[in-house]
Amino acid sequence: MQPPLPSALRQFGKPRINRAASPVLALTTPWLLVMLGSLSPSWPVIASAPVLPPFGFLLLVGWQQLRPGLFPVWAGFPLGLFDDLFSGQPFGSAVVLWSAAMIALDFIDHRFPWRGFALNWLVASAFITAYLLLALQIANLGGANASPLVLLPQLAVAVLAYPITARLVALADRFRLIPIRKI
Amino acid sequence: MAAPNNRRPGYSRRAQYGNFFGYILAVAGLAVGVIMLVISTGKSESFSGLRMAAADSAAPAAKAAANARTGSQSTRQIIAGYFTSGVRVARLEREVAEARVRLAEQAALAEENARLKAMLALTQGDQRPVVVTRMIGSTSSSTRRFATIGAGTNQGVRVGMAVRSPLGLVGRVVETGSTSARLLLVTDTESSVPVRRASDGLQGYANGLGDGTVQIRLSTTGINPLKRGDAIVTSGSGGIYRPGEAIAVVTSLTPDGAIARPLSDPGQTEFVAVEAVFEEIPEIVPAPAPKPGRKR
Repeated sequence: MQPPLPSALRQFGKPRINRAASPVLALTTPWLLVMLGSLSPSWPVIASAPVLPPFGFLLLVGWQQLRPGLFPVWAGFPLGLFDDLFSGQPFGSAVVLWSAAMIALDFIDHRFPWRGFALNWLVASAFITAYLLLALQIANLGGANASPLVLLPQLAVAVLAYPITARLVALADRFRLIPIRKI
Repeated sequence: MAAPNNRRPGYSRRAQYGNFFGYILAVAGLAVGVIMLVISTGKSESFSGLRMAAADSAAPAAKAAANARTGSQSTRQIIAGYFTSGVRVARLEREVAEARVRLAEQAALAEENARLKAMLALTQGDQRPVVVTRMIGSTSSSTRRFATIGAGTNQGVRVGMAVRSPLGLVGRVVETGSTSARLLLVTDTESSVPVRRASDGLQGYANGLGDGTVQIRLSTTGINPLKRGDAIVTSGSGGIYRPGEAIAVVTSLTPDGAIARPLSDPGQTEFVAVEAVFEEIPEIVPAPAPKPGRKR
């Protein structure tokens, strides 16, 4: 038996003839979600070792794979700049790595237009691995000298967190396309 | 889903140019990033103003989140407390009775200590912390170990001050904003703390390893006298950290020292105290410039 929802609420997410998605919501949601992921250092988790996956980067890859072309190719620059403000990496690290990732993802997207989730996950895992290793190298250039073995737990968590992130992105994608504007 | 073919947008000149400039911008962004990286790796404090402004603006939300974190912890404790209250009341009453006796003994000892110090004419400055504040976040996804605390220059926090929790040393302040400051945790690979063994004063350094532990390197060479379970405290040389603050316990031995686990897990730490710089570092006097010779 269906739960008794108010009819207005029941109709809310359904496509209707005289309703369309709000452009503000549709355009800002992806950017805001990635920036929220970049804010993860101010979440109430205080760690003495790198354990959390880089949520900002995971969300960026997730959006790019679910909706190729939604972000412009140059989106890595502003989003990376925002990430650098909070991540603790040397400034410019995310700008470089996210820009490069966006260009590379765009290339893969045109090379393999038809992909299943397994391929997406594989590609994302490769990107996450490369991102974490390069970020470590950049941090080491800036004065640290951590061994790559430090990354192993974080790498495992990040690769396993990708499917959940992809689901989150899909949820946000449905949210941003809710038809609420009257035409 | 297959991508909309953005690369060949048809005969529209405008779309073609837009596409082309998109790629130009992307590569330009990459280039600007490389320049930023070169600047910031050369001089780590170069973008700190920007970074601390961002940290200040995110601090209120982070403080609220930190509140929620401690709130949820105490809720769990309250629920658990209902099940064990009777046993604990009995135990606590016994402990209070014992503690009263100890307190009297301690008062006597403190009095004696003050008298002996007066005899030696030792001055003891006021060692109150600059500010007691909350830890509000840490760079949990980067290999660098920085944490943010909820007090900044407005509360008197300055770069170089040591930060400790009730259990021991946490790190030191490296960047300050007006209402928040950034710490270098002792587990960061750039952190190096002069330490000694608590029992006999064996000197060494505690260098962070970036994975939550520190590497103890001894100043002496030859046989490695460290053992598992040795307590490591700060030695105070260098003047940044006050001597005798607990920092870590040895967990395993290496050929030239040991791996030790810091006592104050930042994840369990709720409040931290920022301490004034123990000993002001004397101004470095620049060496007299060599006489300008002829350039060849």
